[in-house]
Amino acid sequence: MATITVSKKEFDKNVKLSGDIGEKLMMAGLSYDTINENEIIFEITANRPDFLSAQGIFRHLNAYYGKEKGLKKYKIKNSGHKLLVDKSLPKEWPYAISCIVKNLKFDDSRIKEVIQIQEKLGSTLLRSRKKGGIGLYPLQGISFPVTIKGENPTKIRFRPLEFPKEISGLQILSQHPTGREYANICQDWEFFPIFVDAKEKIMSMPPIINSHELGKIDEKTTEVFIEATGPEYEVLKKAMNILVTSLANMGGEIYSMECIQQNKLKENIPNLQPEKMKISLENANKLIGLNLKEKDLQELLPKMGYDYTKGTVFVPAWRTDVLHEVDLIEDIAIAYGYDNLTPEIPKVATIGQESKIEKLKNKIGDILVGLDLLEVSSLHLNTKEEIKKTNYEFKDFVEIEQSKTEYNVLRIDLLTNSLKILSENSDSSYPQKIFETGTVFELDKSDKSETGVIEKERLCISLIDEKANFTELKRVLDYLFKMLGKSYSLQEIESTSFITGRVGSILIDNVEIGVMGEVHPRVLKNWGISFPVVSLELNIEKLM
Amino acid sequence: MEEKIIEYLSPIERKVLPNISENLSIEEISKKSGADNTTVLRAIDFLKNKNLVEVETKEKKVISLGINGVYYKKKGLPERKILDSLVEKKSIPLSEIKNVCEINESEVKASIGTLKKKCLLDIKEGKVILTASEQEAKKETFEEKLLKTLPRDLDDLQPEELFALELLKNRKEIVEINLAKSVNLKLTNLGKKIAQQDLSEELLEQVTSKIILSEGWKGKKFRKYDLQSQVPRLYGGKRHFVNQSVDYSKKIWLELGFKEMVGPMADSSFWIFDALFTPQDHQAREMQDTFFIKSIKAKLPDKKLVESVKKSHEVGVSGSKGWKYYWSSEISKKVVLRTHTTGISARTLASLKKEDLPAKYFILGKVFRNETVDWKHAIEFYQTEGIVIDENANFGHLLGYLKEFYKKMGFEKIKFVPSFFAYTEPSVEIQAWHPERKEWFELGGAGVFRPEVTEPLLGKPIPVLAWGQGFDRIIMDAYAIKDLRELYQNNIKQLREKPFWNK
Repeated sequence: MATITVSKKEFDKNVKLSGDIGEKLMMAGLSYDTINENEIIFEITANRPDFLSAQGIFRHLNAYYGKEKGLKKYKIKNSGHKLLVDKSLPKEWPYAISCIVKNLKFDDSRIKEVIQIQEKLGSTLLRSRKKGGIGLYPLQGISFPVTIKGENPTKIRFRPLEFPKEISGLQILSQHPTGREYANICQDWEFFPIFVDAKEKIMSMPPIINSHELGKIDEKTTEVFIEATGPEYEVLKKAMNILVTSLANMGGEIYSMECIQQNKLKENIPNLQPEKMKISLENANKLIGLNLKEKDLQELLPKMGYDYTKGTVFVPAWRTDVLHEVDLIEDIAIAYGYDNLTPEIPKVATIGQESKIEKLKNKIGDILVGLDLLEVSSLHLNTKEEIKKTNYEFKDFVEIEQSKTEYNVLRIDLLTNSLKILSENSDSSYPQKIFETGTVFELDKSDKSETGVIEKERLCISLIDEKANFTELKRVLDYLFKMLGKSYSLQEIESTSFITGRVGSILIDNVEIGVMGEVHPRVLKNWGISFPVVSLELNIEKLM
Repeated sequence: MEEKIIEYLSPIERKVLPNISENLSIEEISKKSGADNTTVLRAIDFLKNKNLVEVETKEKKVISLGINGVYYKKKGLPERKILDSLVEKKSIPLSEIKNVCEINESEVKASIGTLKKKCLLDIKEGKVILTASEQEAKKETFEEKLLKTLPRDLDDLQPEELFALELLKNRKEIVEINLAKSVNLKLTNLGKKIAQQDLSEELLEQVTSKIILSEGWKGKKFRKYDLQSQVPRLYGGKRHFVNQSVDYSKKIWLELGFKEMVGPMADSSFWIFDALFTPQDHQAREMQDTFFIKSIKAKLPDKKLVESVKKSHEVGVSGSKGWKYYWSSEISKKVVLRTHTTGISARTLASLKKEDLPAKYFILGKVFRNETVDWKHAIEFYQTEGIVIDENANFGHLLGYLKEFYKKMGFEKIKFVPSFFAYTEPSVEIQAWHPERKEWFELGGAGVFRPEVTEPLLGKPIPVLAWGQGFDRIIMDAYAIKDLRELYQNNIKQLREKPFWNK
């Protein structure tokens, strides 16, 4: 989610809203983080990049609450200029489009606003520029036609924006701050894209950085050349539409350019032709649960910035989220007002049912609580070191990639966390008797499971006290099995985690379901525990 | 008066009282009376309540270890780690100190500051450089020396130890200075009188079988109890408070006629993302937000479903335009720790038969995020979610279910505002009024599954109402917990004392 900061003064100048503004913003589908007398900080969701500019927000609110209903129309004049996309462009970055906006009045805050739109589009819709980059240049100083082509990065030489000297394309990636930030996009490419004007002057190296000489916007700029480049043509057009209509809302005049792609496809950019989409009144009523009439659609759709005639909706060219009729229907519901809808529970009878395994877990919990045991709840992730403290020879970890914390493997048992908890609670009074039920994970070496990870539901009980011993825990296990109407047997085994001769497998019908024993002092020392501990861990699926 | 009080004296009080005199320590009284220290202390407490003894307490300051102090005493101070690493490497970039020395950001700041002040190191061009000699760097610092000797009385500290204390005091939870008490006992006038009396009269203490059967109580008195006296605490066994609240929510779902779903925590991207129409270049599918499991690949479900999901993404189904990109089955096989429980909802939808409808399901389970942990971010938390699959369901019904569900959860005043979730349309956010904080807060999200989700899973776009929410905030609110980490900290003392879930 991106945030957009709009000055309250600018907001009030453009949108006439009274009363509880926050409430009105939310009901119109705009969420916000902060409203105060200086600013409004909007939270923009991924579906509405057209709200990444204050102008886009104003456009929506003026349709929803104000008089500017329906599809906003923009005048486009033809600049007569061309953009040529050369075949040498790297295959990873094949498309480019451009246009011109004139009659702009840039002051400091306007420049900031435009940079904010450019940056936010770059980080969201264009996925940190991986799906494209946008650049703005003062029109003055550019000779047409403009060409974009591919060039060997060591041969590219120009002075990047706000940099003291001329350096090569490759050096930009290591020396210029913006270059370093976005180097991951193009560092492996054989050729880098560059814009050059008719006089062969380098304008920029998209999507990284503009030239300082030709690509620096300042307060004197009134006319701009705008380009968008990247791997997905349609996305570039959307980004361009959002940006130029915002500039037009600031008073700019749009001039189109003829952009000729590598495959000779020609299109005048920007292309603000609305897309036509069918909508069925019946479907809308069925999905929302209303009984709207045709005339309601004529009223509601224009509130959301659409034009509508007879079952056809004209979708603005800056909307990226309208994939399906349901997207229009949601907008109808928002226009109708969520607070005007009547919540209603249909009379459909269904039978509730708890899952068997969860039921069993609860039952086990109830039984153990009756023995004064305390339930704990630990995380599903461990560190390798933690697991090794308890399980000496273990190596088949289910590992996490690039964990941001030290927890980088899935837990293989509950015993590890159980000992960890006891080690952290030496300041609580003894005896301590704890249990946990939960999922443990194991790599599937048989390759039979769907996910490659086998998940098992386990129970772990640990008792710690000066005199904690096997007998004490066996009494607990006896009681638990008796209460569940099951029986078990024990078979002596060897284990590095427990004391030899005081550890056994727990078996049901000769099938091993777990282990119980006095924890080896070596393990206790690893954990910094200075009292004896007796523990058991078993698979509870077998108890169903 | 004195007579009466004597009837209340327990055997231990009788034993201890005559042995109390000024300037005797507890140990000495214990020796004289033949009772152990704890017994003497208990007796004194009882006697004090009866105004027989005056207890004068003196306070002295004791330095003890804080949480970090305990850790550092065991593992060494962070500056030791920095110095050791510097001795080995001579210079380390400031930004890497954290990783090289395995200490956290605030420790880096504090310890570099301290070391700089001592002229042991310096920072040049973003690099931390050892300026002291190796020998000097290896020398034990005053702080380290002091730390080893704690706990101590403040009055006993030498000047250089006081200096070290000042330095440690300014850092987070390394040392604590607490007041410790020493006591001086004095008999009150009443106490003196009683002490001189014969305290050997036999009062009955415990009811025994013998006393009952032979009526041995006849003609004798039972010692009277002080009903106000403190008793040792008792801790019962208890379910973890998070599980208590989870259980509470589960009952609500069951009352509403929902069936419980269970499913894997480590699941394929197919179920977590693709089946829910989340494009493969979506941010949630990057490693910086989600836990990916190393080097394993999941098996995809049956071919027909996979083809249908692929089509849904690439060109759209059910009249949708789709996302228009090449959908890769390889990306879909990546296994992740579920980021939501909706993957299980998707699995359920795919398993439904026509005759199962209408149907309602819910799940309560842990979900995971790749986060750095602090007071408001956790790597795992509880989520609950429900789905209603019904040919005739609509958005108004969803709002109806939500109203009822949240009412049962204890939120009477809620409102619905437009929202966005990638796999629902229309979508709605539920906000509830917080009567104490006097503000609306976000409770959960809901919506009707997009046809791009339902058509592949159900064979046709049947409406599926869905809602869900994180659970941990509700628990935190109920228990007035400010730090998210407290939920799974398993502090036994806290767990023992935490009241039951009270809704």
